[in-house]
Amino acid sequence: MKRHLLSMNDLDKQGILTILDTAESMHDVQRREVKKLPTLRGRTVVNMFFEDSTRTRSSFELAGKWLSADVINISGKGSSTSKGESLRDTVRTVAAMGVDGFVIRHSASGAAQQVSEWVDAVVINAGDGTHEHPTQALLDAYSMRRRLGDLEGRHVAIVGDLTHSRVLRSNLICLKTLGARVTVVAPPTLMPSGITTWAKSEGFEASYDFDAVLPTVDAVMMLRVQRERMSGGFFPTEREYTVSYGLTRERLRSLQEHTVILHPGPMNRGLEIATDAADAAQSLVLDQVSAGVAVRMSVLYHLLAGEGAVA
Amino acid sequence: MSLLIKGADLLGAGRQDLLISGGIIAEIGAIGAVADAETIDADGLVALPGLVDIHTHLREPGREDAETIASGSAAAAVGGFTAILAMANTTPVTATAEAAERILDLGRLAGLVDVQPVGAVTKGLAGEELAELGLMAASRAKVRVFSDDGRCVHDARVMRRALEYVRAFGGVISQHSQDPMLADHNACCHEGELSGRLGLPGWPGVAEEVIVARDVMLARHTGSRVHVAHVSTAGSVEVIRWAKAQGISVTAEATPHHLMLTTDLLAGYDPTFKVNPPLRPSEDVEALRAALADGTIDVVATDHAPHARHDKEHTFINAAFGVMGLETALSVISTVMVGPGLLDWAGVAQVMSARPARIAGLSGHGRPIAVGEPANLTLVDPSATVTVDRDVSVSLSRNNPWHGRTLKGTVYATLLRGEPTVLKGALV
Repeated sequence: MKRHLLSMNDLDKQGILTILDTAESMHDVQRREVKKLPTLRGRTVVNMFFEDSTRTRSSFELAGKWLSADVINISGKGSSTSKGESLRDTVRTVAAMGVDGFVIRHSASGAAQQVSEWVDAVVINAGDGTHEHPTQALLDAYSMRRRLGDLEGRHVAIVGDLTHSRVLRSNLICLKTLGARVTVVAPPTLMPSGITTWAKSEGFEASYDFDAVLPTVDAVMMLRVQRERMSGGFFPTEREYTVSYGLTRERLRSLQEHTVILHPGPMNRGLEIATDAADAAQSLVLDQVSAGVAVRMSVLYHLLAGEGAVA
Repeated sequence: MSLLIKGADLLGAGRQDLLISGGIIAEIGAIGAVADAETIDADGLVALPGLVDIHTHLREPGREDAETIASGSAAAAVGGFTAILAMANTTPVTATAEAAERILDLGRLAGLVDVQPVGAVTKGLAGEELAELGLMAASRAKVRVFSDDGRCVHDARVMRRALEYVRAFGGVISQHSQDPMLADHNACCHEGELSGRLGLPGWPGVAEEVIVARDVMLARHTGSRVHVAHVSTAGSVEVIRWAKAQGISVTAEATPHHLMLTTDLLAGYDPTFKVNPPLRPSEDVEALRAALADGTIDVVATDHAPHARHDKEHTFINAAFGVMGLETALSVISTVMVGPGLLDWAGVAQVMSARPARIAGLSGHGRPIAVGEPANLTLVDPSATVTVDRDVSVSLSRNNPWHGRTLKGTVYATLLRGEPTVLKGALV
């Protein structure tokens, strides 16, 4: 396994499966009354969140604490171009205090990778701009695998604001590595640049027609659509978006019985996902949150425990 | 005192001796020993007219930690230049006669190259009201090139007025072509599959092309002269080629980095390669080379954009735009244009000296190498190679995108009005 987790490209299939398998046993710990393992005792993990996040930060914080690491949280906005501290200075200052692991969330794509070049500690990407969010993809895979079994050959649709989604990019890589078939669905204005050649070279499909894709999928992953995108001219009205690309009550009915529904949250109920779909028996939305802690425990364990440690 | 240059290959057309005296070329031919003359052995060297760069950023006044007029002049001399144009986007902006004269004077004080100020088109580069174009033109600095470079004069009405107004004194508007509605201040990666994968805001070629297309039509309508700065796409080349065929007064420049480096260098998020307009795919690079070879693109201009290290040590989207270029320009053009046979040395003299001097209205530069002409000369070693080391530089900055690359063809000596500023590749 590579030293950092910056992108889902850092993990091969075996690496992903190892993390998911370890997450299973971490999940058992999570359900115990006393949720503490001594694994990372004496290790220090810093959660540096340059962008607001409640669920990812608390998920990483719990994961670190349940593994007995010393966890501190630092939050703040990224520094500006010409004034104040450069990002390099900010992270090197914290690193100089003696840190074993950095968990980095930043609004700028590539931030975690840059940090990994500036510090000696292990770096885990907790979401960089519109680039990647690897632990989200891992917890999505974990949640789907528990319900569907092996994801090889399974068909997953990823629907919504693809352009601005780091969840999309990490999931694409993760699901392809695991052998799943992926179709991404969005209006043309919310498809990432170069999607046609990208899809061709990576072997996934892109569609503007949600209804054509729905009947064959084993999992449908709905991505958040920010209402601000409307003023950016990405789509005309919420109504039109919901009718074309929302997981509505009608579309819920057209799903196969075993098809699961995912959403990385926070959800816009009524816009990209109907309440009936979000709360359906097929919905994995809360499973995803719960899996988040187990998967992040697994990632911290594999990257920080070092040789010979036992989960 | 006089200077004898022995056996230089003049523009690649044959070996001659050159006698320089009183700042001018006094004699050309087979010249024997000259009493009291210093001699430069130019065996194997190509002599070019001193290079002229119509697009540099010297950062003074305002950011003297990144570059000064003196340090930028030194970098220019090392790069074989004898005249450079300093863009107006300093702090304060070069928008008055006084500001322009100050730059001219600081350049003279440094004494390594002729530093000619570019004036702002609009006050504060805001794109709204014209700066004092006429007073800058009438000043001692005789400003003839006006540009809001770094920003686009995006309002068509303002651009039209600027084009019309500068006709009174033979000025030209050098346009930074970037439609801000199609590529805003965050846009930093060529829009395409890579920007999609990296999640970086796309800077589509069309944001440049629509402005180039609009401006050539405005130039046709007004009968004025427009210059397109840092052309980066094949589409812009097509528009410019068409405009020239119509007889429209348009000239264009390409930078060394757009002629060699490609967008895939951004894959590692290294802000060293963040530049505006962004590096483009190889198809665009090929089109720019072909256009420079056939004259559609008139000149090479460096867009030398030094930055303090800490202004590049941010996330990619927050880091400063720009790459250095003065010291390496000739080597890059030699490598990508002369090496493959797209330009000969006479062609290099055209695109890096004669035409830029003509566009900028610099009468003492870009002249033929002939008796009676000012001795602004650059001696190039066409067979020497250099592996670029960013720490070997007289600039104050280190944002060098060529670091670690091996280039063929180096500057051996630079003469400004007969005085060597650079000998054996180093400042005198």
